[in-house]
Amino acid sequence: MTQLALVIDLNVCVGCHACVTNCKEWNTSGEAGPLVDQNPYGKDPTGTFFNRVQTFEVGEFPNTETVHFPKSCLHCEEPPCVPVCPTGASYKRKEDGIVLVDYDKCIGCKYCSWACPYGAREIDEHQKVMKKCTLCVDRIYDTTMTAEERRPACVRACPTSARLFGDIHDPESEVSKAIREAGGYQLMPEWGTNPANHYLPRRKTKLRIREDELERADNPLKIDQQLPKPGKAEPSLDDVTSW
Amino acid sequence: MHPAFSVVFLTTLIGAGQGLFLALFTVESYAAFGLLPAQTNGLYAVGSAIAMVLLVLGLIASFFHLGHPERAWRAATQWRTSWLSREVIVLPAFMGTVFLYGMAHWLGINPVLAQLPSGAPVNVTAVLGVVGTVLAFALYVCTGMIYACLRFLREWHTPLTVINYILLGGASGFTLAAALAADVAPDVMPVLAGWALIITALGLIGRVAALIRNARLKPKSSLQTAIGIKHPKIAQKAQGMMGGAFNTREFFHGRPGSVLRAVKWIFLLGAFAVPSVLLGLGLVSMAGDVLAFAFVVQYLGLLAERWFFFAQANHPQNLYYQSVA
Repeated sequence: MTQLALVIDLNVCVGCHACVTNCKEWNTSGEAGPLVDQNPYGKDPTGTFFNRVQTFEVGEFPNTETVHFPKSCLHCEEPPCVPVCPTGASYKRKEDGIVLVDYDKCIGCKYCSWACPYGAREIDEHQKVMKKCTLCVDRIYDTTMTAEERRPACVRACPTSARLFGDIHDPESEVSKAIREAGGYQLMPEWGTNPANHYLPRRKTKLRIREDELERADNPLKIDQQLPKPGKAEPSLDDVTSW
Repeated sequence: MHPAFSVVFLTTLIGAGQGLFLALFTVESYAAFGLLPAQTNGLYAVGSAIAMVLLVLGLIASFFHLGHPERAWRAATQWRTSWLSREVIVLPAFMGTVFLYGMAHWLGINPVLAQLPSGAPVNVTAVLGVVGTVLAFALYVCTGMIYACLRFLREWHTPLTVINYILLGGASGFTLAAALAADVAPDVMPVLAGWALIITALGLIGRVAALIRNARLKPKSSLQTAIGIKHPKIAQKAQGMMGGAFNTREFFHGRPGSVLRAVKWIFLLGAFAVPSVLLGLGLVSMAGDVLAFAFVVQYLGLLAERWFFFAQANHPQNLYYQSVA
C-alpha cells in the first residue's frame, strides 16, 4: 500500500519560508477556494496556512545552534483526527494515505483540530471549514504537468532540497532510503500516531577531501610518465615568495 | 484550550435538563412502588416542559459552535467512530422521549401496559421514563467521552470526566427539581432536595478528585519530542507568523494563571458549597425561592466549572507556539 509523505531534512533547511510562500500561492489559487487571510495588510495579519517554518535555538549561549523547523500535516498512518470527525469530512485515502478534508461535508466544529496533537489543522475563518495540507493532491496526479512538476508546491520551491517527497512504504524510494540512511524520525512518537512525514536530524557537516581529489588520478600526464613540474616536493610559489 | 461559550452553555444546559428528567422519573418510580405519595400529572408535565426548554436552549447554543450549522445533519453519520456523532444522535432521541413523557402526563394518556409480579402497574409513562433514563445516561456518557477520548488532552483523558458530567448534571437537575417541587408538589420536595444534596456532595468528591489528579499530571510531550531534538535546552525563537493564527487562538485560554485559580475557587464555592447550604436551608424552611436561588447559584457555578474544565486542558500543540518573533 502506498503512503505518500514528505521527508524534511533539518540539517539542510535554511528557514527561507519559500515552501510556505509557494504552498500558499498554489493552494490559494486552486479549485477548492482561497486560503483566506484576515487583515493581510493591517497590524496583526493572520490567515490560513498549510505550512509554517518555525525557528528554535538549541543549546546555551555561546554554544547554540539555530534549527529551522518546517511544520505541516504529517499524514499520520494512525490519524487521531479522522475517527473523531462526526460527518466523515475528515478521511484518509486508502490508495495513497493522504489525510484530507472534504470542504463540502465539514461543519466547522473544530473537533478534529482538538484531536491533532501537532496543531496541523487550521480553520478557515472565512469559509468556516477546517483546512490542512493536502500534499498538493491536485498537483501530484495532474498528468498535464511534467513528471518533474508533479510534486508538492513546497518541495518544488525548496532551494536547498531540504524537502523530499515520495512513498515511504516503498523501501527503494528516495524517501525510504533517506529515512533509513540518515536516521529519519517521527514527531511525538509517544502518542502512537505513526506520522508518515519524517524529519532527518541535523548532522555534523564535515568537508572530506581525499588524496585523489587533490591530484587527478587519471591525469594523462601520468600515463605519459611526464609528471607536472615543479614536482610536489619542490617549493611552491608560496614558499618562494613568502620571504 | 480556549473555552467556547457555545460548548460551555451546551454541556451545562443539557446536563441540567437530563438531571431534571432523571429527578422527575425518580419521583414517579418512588410513587409507583409506594415510597412516595402519588403525584398529579402537573409536576411531571411542568418539569418535562422545563427540561425541554433547557435541552432546546442547549441545542441552540451548540449551533453557535458550528461553522456550517446548515450541514449539522451530516454529524449523525459517523456514530461508529465518533462520540460527537453519537451525541448528535442521542440528544434528539432523548429530547423526543422527554417530549412524549411530558405530553403523556399533560394529556393524561397513561394506560397500564402490564403488571409487575409485585402488583405495581407498568404504564406508558413508566416505559417512556425507563427509555428516557437510559438515553439520559447515554447522553452523559457521549458528552463526557467527547472529551475523555482525546488521549493527549490528559486533563480530560480519565473516567472522572464522564463520572463528573453525570454527577454535575445530575446535581443541578435535582436541585432544579426540588425548587419546582416546592411549588407544585411540596410533599416530594424533601426527597428531591435530599438527593440533590447527596449528588452535589458526590460531584464535589469527583471534581476534587479530578483536580488532584490533574495537578499531579506530568506532561508526556516536550519540546524535545515535538521537534525530535534531544538537547535539554531548546528555546523557540519564531513560530512562523507574528499576527497569531488559529493555533494561537483556539488552544489557549489567554488568561493569566491567577484568573484560572480564582475561577477554580469560584466554582468550588458556587457549584458545591453555596448550593449545599441553600439546599439545606430550603429543606428546613420548605421555601421554594431559596431552592430556586440554590439552582441559579449552582448553575452559575457550573458555568465557571465548565470554563475551568476547558481552560485547564493543556494541548500538546501549544509546545509549537511559545514565542512570537
